[in-house]
Amino acid sequence: MIQIQNLHKSFGTLEVLKGIDLSIPKGTTAVIIGPSGSGKTTLLRCLNLLEIPDQGNIQLGDQIIQFKAGAKLKSKEVVDFRKNTGMVFQGYNLFPHLTALENVMEGQVTVLKRSKTDAEAKARKLLEKVGLKERADMYPHQLSGGQQQRVGIARAMAMDPQVLLFDEPTSALDPELVGEVLKVMKDLAKENMTMVVVTHEMQFAQDVADQVIFMDQGVVVEKGTPEQVFQQTSNQRTLQFLNKVSSR
Amino acid sequence: MFADQERFDRIVGILSDSFFPILKAGIQFTIPLTLITFVLGLILAFFIALARITNIKVLNVIARFFVWIFRGTPLLVQIFILFYGLPSLGITLNPFPAAVIAFTINVGAYSSEIIRAAILSIPKGQWEAAYSIGMTKSQAMRRIIIPQAIRVSLPPLGNSFISLVKDTSLAATITVTELFQKGQQIAAYTYEPLWIYIEVAFIYLIFSTVLSYLQNWLEARFERSVAK
Ligand SMILES: Nc1ncnc2c1ncn2[C@@H]1O[C@H](COP(=O)(O)OP(=O)(O)OP(=O)(O)O)[C@@H](O)[C@H]1O
Ligand SMILES: [Mg+2]
Repeated sequence: MIQIQNLHKSFGTLEVLKGIDLSIPKGTTAVIIGPSGSGKTTLLRCLNLLEIPDQGNIQLGDQIIQFKAGAKLKSKEVVDFRKNTGMVFQGYNLFPHLTALENVMEGQVTVLKRSKTDAEAKARKLLEKVGLKERADMYPHQLSGGQQQRVGIARAMAMDPQVLLFDEPTSALDPELVGEVLKVMKDLAKENMTMVVVTHEMQFAQDVADQVIFMDQGVVVEKGTPEQVFQQTSNQRTLQFLNKVSSR
Repeated sequence: MFADQERFDRIVGILSDSFFPILKAGIQFTIPLTLITFVLGLILAFFIALARITNIKVLNVIARFFVWIFRGTPLLVQIFILFYGLPSLGITLNPFPAAVIAFTINVGAYSSEIIRAAILSIPKGQWEAAYSIGMTKSQAMRRIIIPQAIRVSLPPLGNSFISLVKDTSLAATITVTELFQKGQQIAAYTYEPLWIYIEVAFIYLIFSTVLSYLQNWLEARFERSVAK
């Protein structure tokens, strides 16, 4: 389970997150939607400590991190936290000098100190799961965007994280490749992986999300089940946003 | 060009007599000097590059100062200071070690910029991907950034390597009997500077051609797994 309380983050004088409170129960999928610049990416990056929040706290499993402006976190604390959160990037960010298999093995061997044999067995299983069993020995540049993103998901999964974070995982993909990535994510949701997904794929949110979170200008405007947010909302900002998205 | 058959025969004789001594000087001194100083220079360059990149201020300053001095002064002057200057401080170096030190420092100063640029050219997303799977900074550096930076820096380092082969001719000025020095000696007693120096140039050409093939081969080997 992830519990976020009163999370604040500024870049210089620009306050991007203005006190976020969220709770994401274990085994559920939360989908974050919202207009550009509303702070969705920043929130995800805070959950992976790629950005260090200024204030508030995050609880992940039994680890709680408190943030205070100016206070530096211990690097061990940061690394431990990151090991428990997997990140899937918009631009995939695969390691180009490693094959698909090696990409999925790298963290297991270097960070978790698993043996090469164990890491390889696990990597092969994960690649099979994302439908890339045959592509294990290819380098990222030999793979399509959709395939690269699936390797990215396998790479994050390999660390056995308590939560997977996705930042617009399909928005860099050609339309015909979006489906294969969403399918993998749906499968993960069915297996009760805990996930936080930033996406503009409203159908995915409707079908898969246990919780839809609408963010605007650094605050959570509304959260609830897909029905509550998509069909039953009376909030003006939410309605405006949904209108804009559906008319695209 | 040749007044008579006799002169032609004389020159052919001198060239064929001198070819192997000059080549031998190249194999005995030019090649080892090049290889030793390139390897040592790259190690030095790597540490200078790291010192410039870290956020430890003192190291930044020292590294920048070092690069500033050795890139801003002629290699020939550095060699002379080392070999002809230091003895007045009581430090006397043999010619070959003096040359090794001078060239190593030179390679270190120049290549550190190449390595630093290569490390900085790796996209931020690579660091973040490494951090996101729980790597520490040094793990990310060793496992993710450096391997990619090596591939980026191979072509420019290859060029430095070829330049170095030719620059080692400066060692002649401190009496290292490398390729060029040998040519000078032979030119002096045969009185055929034109033909001897053309021969010297030709032998350098052989060396740098062989080395560029080596460079291409190395690059191709690494290139196989580089993404665009
Ligand atoms: N490193 C940074 N330095 C300065 N400003 C930043 C930084 N990262 C993000 N911002 C600013 O913070 C705000 C929120 O950015 P963020 O990327 O979180 O939005 P987003 O909701 O993900 O938008 P999008 O839908 O376009 O991806 C933006 O105004 C952005 O310019
Ligand atoms: Mg974003």
